[in-house]
Amino acid sequence: MLLASIEPYIAIGATVLVVAIIVVIMLIIAHVVGPKRRGPVKDSAYESGMPIVMDTERRFNVRFYVVAVLFLLFDVEIIFMWPWVLSFYHAATTGQTVELASGELAGKGFLLFGMGMFFVLLVFGLLYEWKKGAFKWD
Amino acid sequence: MYEFITSQLGVSILLAIGVLLALLGYVAYCIYYERKISAWMQDRWGPNRVGPLGLFQPLADGGKFALKEDIIPGHVDKVLFVVAPSLAFLISFIGFAAIPWGGEWMLDGKLVQVQVTNPDIGLLYILGVGSMGVYGVVIGAWASNNKYSFYGGVRATAQMLSYEIPMGLCIVVVVLTMGTLRLEGITAEQAGYWFGFIPKWNVFLHPLAFAILFVTVLAECNRAPFDLAEAEQELVGGFHTEYGALKFGMFFLGEYAHMVTGSAFICVLFLGGWHFPWIAEPEATSTFAVLLKIGVLVGKVTAFIFMMMWLRWTLPRFRFDQLMRMAWQGLIPVTLALVILATILLYFNLHRSIWALVGNVAILAFVLAYAAARGREITGRQDNMPRAKNITMAARAATGASA
Repeated sequence: MLLASIEPYIAIGATVLVVAIIVVIMLIIAHVVGPKRRGPVKDSAYESGMPIVMDTERRFNVRFYVVAVLFLLFDVEIIFMWPWVLSFYHAATTGQTVELASGELAGKGFLLFGMGMFFVLLVFGLLYEWKKGAFKWD
Repeated sequence: MYEFITSQLGVSILLAIGVLLALLGYVAYCIYYERKISAWMQDRWGPNRVGPLGLFQPLADGGKFALKEDIIPGHVDKVLFVVAPSLAFLISFIGFAAIPWGGEWMLDGKLVQVQVTNPDIGLLYILGVGSMGVYGVVIGAWASNNKYSFYGGVRATAQMLSYEIPMGLCIVVVVLTMGTLRLEGITAEQAGYWFGFIPKWNVFLHPLAFAILFVTVLAECNRAPFDLAEAEQELVGGFHTEYGALKFGMFFLGEYAHMVTGSAFICVLFLGGWHFPWIAEPEATSTFAVLLKIGVLVGKVTAFIFMMMWLRWTLPRFRFDQLMRMAWQGLIPVTLALVILATILLYFNLHRSIWALVGNVAILAFVLAYAAARGREITGRQDNMPRAKNITMAARAATGASA
């Protein structure tokens, strides 16, 4: 029984291993086969052939950071929905109650209401960010 | 040994190796395919020198990649510079593992799944692996220590993160309709007919979700019109500016493998996977039927890849603010509405009825009507930008010229 439940993951592990072997072979081939002619120009960064101005660790637009934070919130919220979707599907199609993690039994109405509250907060957050101008790029 | 090979695990491991090698070959020929298509669209010949019709071009390209100098420039972070293409390649090539290639196969009196792995959370696995694709780009861009790479990496990250959200919500719509996270289960559920002749594919229930998923997959693969991360006119090569030889080849192959996996994923979720009316039916489990099913899925994937290439050579690139606006103010509200629609339909047990299609059309009609009523062109400037007329007036005021 235990073996049956981990069998899919053994196959994933085997896939990762085979791909990793291919990657290592490619890296070794690239290292061995190619010519090696080093020079000071090859060691410098490519900047359209111009002399390099300033270093790379510079400030960049803060909006990229805002997008990353918003993504974190939204993606976690979507991941929260997945177990709910399966419970709700079971409750709605069979009409049975679903046992929650707390041990309570919940029907499809309760599940719909719970996710409804969650969704209202989600949409409210989206609208707030919209009004605050978090999506404005100019 | 024979028992092991015919067991599910043995078939899985053999299939993993077989599919991987087939995918490498397929991806190499995708590059040939893309060059030929672009040539036809631009009234050129395309590659036609290496072998008949240029068919050995991928081999020549591969050899050329290997024979170039494998350069690690002096200014880069040496460890991460090697890790990044390896990671991009690895992540792109493990995503296919959960794709059901050919339903069930009667092998030695037992039914086995023609699928490398069939975990309970196959959908979550593909979503997770797909979103890890951003690591290769970010690490490569950071390690290159080059301004073009850096800006390309920052753009790619923002784009992939933004389009991840509508993608996740579209998948939630599918799960609300199908009720399982197993990709094999999702395909099997779609292998039926309405009125005896319309296949029960999800695309007929949620066409809008299908279209949005296709757009997000394009964006996740960094394909045109979403290829801002490597916009050659602005950023040279974007995140792979500093890469050459096989390391660049790994990024390149990884991008195409990502396209193949993404297309197969759309086919499984919305187009019935290996199912095709009267040709590939779930009851047939012989070896010939399995090969036919694999052929059907590969055909669908090829059609999708053709469409991606067609789009690439037809549409101009987005501007970055348009890209972000489309994700956050366009696709996310629409997909949220789709999730609400699917939830309400499921509550009343109508999740596989004509009402899903009606709701999709209603949402699309509302969005189009709203966009038309606001009267703002899609490519237009944002509210707080001065209009062209105002700029002229401001310039005149500044220079003191009379009207």
